[in-house]
Amino acid sequence: MEKEQHVLVVFPHPDDEAFGVSGTIASHINMGTPVTYACLTLGEMGRNMGNPPFATRETLPNIRKHELKEAARVLGITDLRMLGYRDKTVEFEDPDKLIGQITDMIEELNPSLIISFYPGYSVHPDHEATGEAVVAAVAKLPAGQRPKLHLVAFANNTIDELGEADIVHDISAVADQKLAAIKAHQSQTQYMIDAMAEGLKNKDPQVMTRLTFEQFYTYKL
Amino acid sequence: MDPVNMKEVQEALDSFKDKEVYLHMETTNGAYASHFNDKFFSAGAYIRNAKLSYERAKITGPGPYRVGLKIPFGWVYAEGITHYEIDSKSRLLLAGHDYDGKLAVALQLSETAFE
Ligand SMILES: [Zn+2]
Repeated sequence: MEKEQHVLVVFPHPDDEAFGVSGTIASHINMGTPVTYACLTLGEMGRNMGNPPFATRETLPNIRKHELKEAARVLGITDLRMLGYRDKTVEFEDPDKLIGQITDMIEELNPSLIISFYPGYSVHPDHEATGEAVVAAVAKLPAGQRPKLHLVAFANNTIDELGEADIVHDISAVADQKLAAIKAHQSQTQYMIDAMAEGLKNKDPQVMTRLTFEQFYTYKL
Repeated sequence: MDPVNMKEVQEALDSFKDKEVYLHMETTNGAYASHFNDKFFSAGAYIRNAKLSYERAKITGPGPYRVGLKIPFGWVYAEGITHYEIDSKSRLLLAGHDYDGKLAVALQLSETAFE
């Protein structure tokens, strides 16, 4: 993995970072690169309440805020920013507001790499709106001053239309940290954590791949 | 939250009668439903902090339960309610959870706006 000067991660939901990119985040931090994680919402409209329920619609935001902080802690992220949007509403906000906030963070932090979602291939409307704003903010910068964009794509049509990811990070050295980040979001991941730990023990190929590789598409402007 | 106790829920519903209350209501099958199954038609709706008052309210059914509120020019209706809670702010939270513990429907009433 290339050594970066500063990495900016922008996602809309607590736990978006855990599955796809937490190994990459941990690897950068372990190399001494500062990572800023801007998380737009608290996942207020999440549906996992448990059976019997451990949360209500009204207690979930605070639970997820604590989980987000815990995930940041296990990954070593010291600059966690919660932007105060509401789950499922990002696409209805004035796009210039979010683009402006991302532009301000780029000016302040001067990241050499930004990690976010790939517009058109990230399934959830909040993911799409976030990825679009990140791309728009970077596109506004003069060509020589743009940070690299490594974007996560997982829509069913991704491979057909974008081909295989051009960036593949081997994160096996920090697999434990990745598992801990996933565990930190326990309200959302409880149901899969046991299965994942079991898969890791039995060297289940699907689980091993998940805890060994993280993939990104370089977005070309 | 606890499994619905019809008597307690009915009492709570009655306690908000003829008052100005804030309503949170939602139904959803999740933003990923169509991603995991392309034959699945994903739909959902929510309204947060609609201000209204009602003259009549009832919870009924064998469980999961149905709830109807009669408002001046129409109705508020939810079905699939399985759990309830009267929280520390005296708000009535009603929710329906599916077999995996995922929220499928919610109907909540409060005398002050939800955050
Ligand atoms: Zn998400």
